[in-house]
Amino acid sequence: MGFADFVCFEAIIPELKAGDRDGAIVELVSALDKAGRLGKGNCDGIIKEVIKREKEASTGMGKGIAVPHVKHHAVKDVVAAIGVSSTGINFSSLDKKPVYSVILLISPMDSPDRHLQAMEHVFKHLQKEKFRKFLRQSRTAEQIEGLLREADENPQF
Amino acid sequence: MKTEQDSPEKLIAEASVEIKNADGLHMRPAMQFVDIASKFECDITVSNDENSVDGKSIMQMSMLAATCGTKLKIKAEGADAQEAIDDLRELVEKKHFDEPKPEDASGTA
Repeated sequence: MGFADFVCFEAIIPELKAGDRDGAIVELVSALDKAGRLGKGNCDGIIKEVIKREKEASTGMGKGIAVPHVKHHAVKDVVAAIGVSSTGINFSSLDKKPVYSVILLISPMDSPDRHLQAMEHVFKHLQKEKFRKFLRQSRTAEQIEGLLREADENPQF
Repeated sequence: MKTEQDSPEKLIAEASVEIKNADGLHMRPAMQFVDIASKFECDITVSNDENSVDGKSIMQMSMLAATCGTKLKIKAEGADAQEAIDDLRELVEKKHFDEPKPEDASGTA
């Protein structure tokens, strides 16, 4: 599995406008909705569920990364949106530090294995300081898409 | 003067466990695992066929992508290694992270 298999490249936001967690979630879910990936009339419900999930336990995993996610019947396969914040967002992260990269995942109800594989891929790359640095330094959606495609093609990257 | 009791760091305990909950080792179960692992002094390593990761790191545990049915090896090294293994085995195999097993899900969906 590569980023290209689940990241919606039309839902990449190189500079999140929101300075807070809920605002960032709204931006990212709306971007997926605008790209036509969430079916009709599901956007608001998904936003509410992602925020609810986030309140139960933060997905801010440390190292400036958060991976908000839910299962929802609106999608048939895992789909992700990616947002970058240069100022940092308070995600109530485990290490209490601001988040600069947000990877939002919406997973289907009935294929938990796909969700796990997408998460594995996200963390495999975001573990690497070099990857996080390139992601944070990206200024356009095209640069981020290029970075993700390069990571797919070159596993050593 | 060193006896075996004076070198508790040499204690090693291991267990093979199978993931039994339907959704596998997603973030919430991984958190539970890390929370329990972190209570112990010993080092804890978790491996699948490909990778060995730190059992006290949520990010590394998420990299195992352990689906239902996956077998993992847990290795603990340190004074409280055996207790850690016992608690973690109970979490994974007996409590299956307080989540439904595949057979529980059928009929209720």
